[in-house]
This record gives sequence, structure tokens and C-alpha cells, in this order.
Amino acid sequence: MKVQINPESCQGHGRCYDLAPGLFSDDDEGYGTVLGDGTVPPGKEHDARLAALNCPERAIELLEEA
Amino acid sequence: MAVDGRFTEDFRETREDELLGTRSEVVTGPISDWATDFSHVEPEWSADPYPIQDDLRQRCPIAHTERFGGGWLPTRYEDVAAIAYDTERFSSRAIIMSNFRPPRELAPVGGSPPISSDPPFHHDARKLLLPAFTKTAVTRQEPATRAICHSLIDAFEGRDVVDAARDYAQHIPMRVIADMLGFPPEDGPRFREFVENVLEGVNLPPEERIARVSKLFDYLLAQVHDHLENPREDLTAYLINAELHGHRLDPSHVVGTMALLLIAGIDTTWSAIGASLWHLAKTPQDRNRLVADPRLLPTALEEFLRAYAPVTMARLVKDDMHWHGVDMKADDWILLSFPAANRDPAQFDRAGEVIIDREVNRHAAFGLGIHRCVGSHLARMELRVALEIWLERIPDFTLQDPSAVTWAAGQIRGPRTLPLRLR
Repeated sequence: MKVQINPESCQGHGRCYDLAPGLFSDDDEGYGTVLGDGTVPPGKEHDARLAALNCPERAIELLEEA
Repeated sequence: MAVDGRFTEDFRETREDELLGTRSEVVTGPISDWATDFSHVEPEWSADPYPIQDDLRQRCPIAHTERFGGGWLPTRYEDVAAIAYDTERFSSRAIIMSNFRPPRELAPVGGSPPISSDPPFHHDARKLLLPAFTKTAVTRQEPATRAICHSLIDAFEGRDVVDAARDYAQHIPMRVIADMLGFPPEDGPRFREFVENVLEGVNLPPEERIARVSKLFDYLLAQVHDHLENPREDLTAYLINAELHGHRLDPSHVVGTMALLLIAGIDTTWSAIGASLWHLAKTPQDRNRLVADPRLLPTALEEFLRAYAPVTMARLVKDDMHWHGVDMKADDWILLSFPAANRDPAQFDRAGEVIIDREVNRHAAFGLGIHRCVGSHLARMELRVALEIWLERIPDFTLQDPSAVTWAAGQIRGPRTLPLRLR
């Protein structure tokens, strides 16, 4: 699984880096960023889903690997 | 320091056009039908707006009023979100629904950038503020916030009953924002007066309202002068020295943004802290659960923000149009109720219930789209610290008299009198 942030939609609410600090961080203006290449380590899938489901702007996409 | 010519004369003299807006007749008194005659400043609304909103959502869902010169109240999440995202059709040049509409020429800057700004100006004005309000930046205010909360509770010593709105909630955001702006901490009581004048005096005659709001601008201008004479590092100095497009900011921009940070930084968080304590005072099972497991607090706090969202914004319709089934006219108000959106059953399961361990909570308490509350990270920190310290030191408390609780009228809703019995 991978996470991705659509920068057009992100408004810096910060729910992703609050709920899943191992997967997301913030930039100097508070917009969400993906750590590394966005690959979700085993055991962190729940955090990734929580971040996506709580983003008020629906800016987070989960890419499920086949 | 060189004299800063921007502030030597009162900039408002060059901005008299702001006084040339449109005034509408002040209408007060009982509501005949909320669907056709709504008013967010009547006592029935401030006491409990949720049943009214739930009813409108089922039968309208966009209510209308002739009051305030005409306006609309969408109550579904979907409509509130669509308007928040649509800055082409809905302007932010006024964001407080009153009987005065500023002239169209005030856009895209507005009186208190960036909340009053439209694109494209909005983006750059907002960008100036963002670095000061990131989660990391506001963490620096946390030790001082904790100290404020402890000192307020220390002062309860020997009392069985305290007013949690007046003696606790209001002081926390007041002192934090005064510190960030570099204003004297003892000016707190004046801030309360400014907040009430700006946000609660909306149905006063426009002339009186303008006179009251100008007291705030007199105060802010005096603070600018004090900063020019005694330079120091804070948000006021930052705004005085900031540049936009190669020029320092217009004096009206500097003072307008200071007004925004002061007003928006106080009433909102004061309301959120108060509403959360009100809920916990009357819901012992939630209170006991949070006392036993403080790790649940960040999740519970989001639910308090959803269920008791303090902030409603306003917009002005740009041009006549047919929109989602209603005929809107240019300059009609939109009362953009994030609280109503947050209780829409189409968006939230068990929308009318407060579920403190709600895991999925895509609420709109801080708005949606480009005007997302700049202070949301600061507000969350203050709310978390205020509740954590209260519950740690006062785990058992109840409403002293439920009928004695009063709520602010207008677009920011929260308890203004909240007598609690401490045990």
C-alpha cells in the first residue's frame, strides 16, 4: 500500500500528520507531506486508512497494490 | 528606528469608501418560520440551534430570510462544502452577516485579510501567516499555555462553584494570542469588549456598529505605534515588516490582519473549551472515561469540535443565479454553518450523538477549502491542554444549574456563563 497527497486539495488541516506521524509530516507552511516514497510499512495500514478517512479535504489517496 | 510613514496618519481617512457600503433595515423579534425568516441572533437559536438546523435540513434544505437585507442558510454538508469551495460565485469580502455590506470594490482584499480576501490576492496574504501557525510553531506556545491553565485553576482554591467560561475558558486563548501579538497581557478585558462588539453586535444599527468596531482599530493602531517605538519580535512586528509583491503591506492590511488574529484567536477557542467542559459536566460517563484514559482525549476533542463547532462563517453572493434549487440575488448573504454541516446524517453516522471515540470524523469545524482556519493548530493545542489540565486537576464536576448556562449569540457559539460545581 502507498499513500499520496493531492497538493491541489490539501489545505493544511494536519489530520494526516496528527493521526499517522510515521507516514506523513508537514512542510514550513503546514501542508501535509508524504514521508519517503509513501510506501506504508506492514502494520501501518490502519493508520494510513485513518488518515485518508479523516482528511476534511479528501486529499489523501491510498494506492492498494495488486 | 526610522519613522514608518505608513502609520503617521490614520489610514482610515484614506479608506472612507469602506463607509459607503449598503445598509439594510434592522429587523429583530420572534421568528415566524425558520425556513423563510431565519435569524442567527435570536435567543432561540443561541440557546439550541441544532433542532432548528435538523428540521431545516429535512424540509428545505436551504432556508431563506429577508432579515439582514436577505440571506440563505444551507444546512446540508454537501451544500456548505460546495459554497466553501466555490470562490468564483461566493465572495468573502464580508464574513460577518450584519446589516452592512461593504462595497464591491473592497474585494479581493477585504477589511481583514486573508479571511476577507478572495483569489488571487488571498493566496499570498495567507501565505504570509502560515509559517507562524504550523503545528511545530504553535508547540512553542504550549509550555506557556500549560502555565496559564494551571494558574487559572490555582485561583479556584477554596471555591465550590466556578464559572468555567468566564474564569477559565476565555482567558486561555486571550493570553496566548496577546503574547503572540506582543500586546500587554493586562489588556485582556478590553479584548473581550472588542470581541463582543465585532461578533455579537451584528444587529445594531450599522452606524453604531461601525463606531464600536473603530475602537478596536484605535487600539490596534496604538499597538503598532508602540511596536515602532519599542521594536520587539512578535507577530505585530512581523506584519509591520512583512512584504508582499516587493512592497511592505498597506497599513490597512497590517491592522486588518491584527484585528483578525485577535478576534478570531479568542472567541472561537474560548467557545470550544467551554462547550467541551459543558458536555463533560453533564455527561459523567464521558468524563470518567477521559479521566481514566487521557490518551483518548485527541479523538474526543475532534468529536467535541464536530458536535459543538463554534464557528459559522458568511459569504456574499457575487451575481444573481439559480443555485441548488433556489434563486440567489447578488449581495445576498450566505450563512455558512459548519455546525449544521457537522450534524448532517448524510455525512456522519449517528450525527446527533456525541461519540467520544469516533474514529472517522471528517468534520468541517475549521472550514473547508482555501479559508481553512489559519489558527487550527493553535486552537487544537489550546483545547487539548485546557481539557487535559482541567481533567487532571478537577476530575469530578457537574453543572451547578443547567438553566444558568448562557450561550453567545451570533456566528461564534459557545458558553458565556457556565457555572460548574467542583467536587
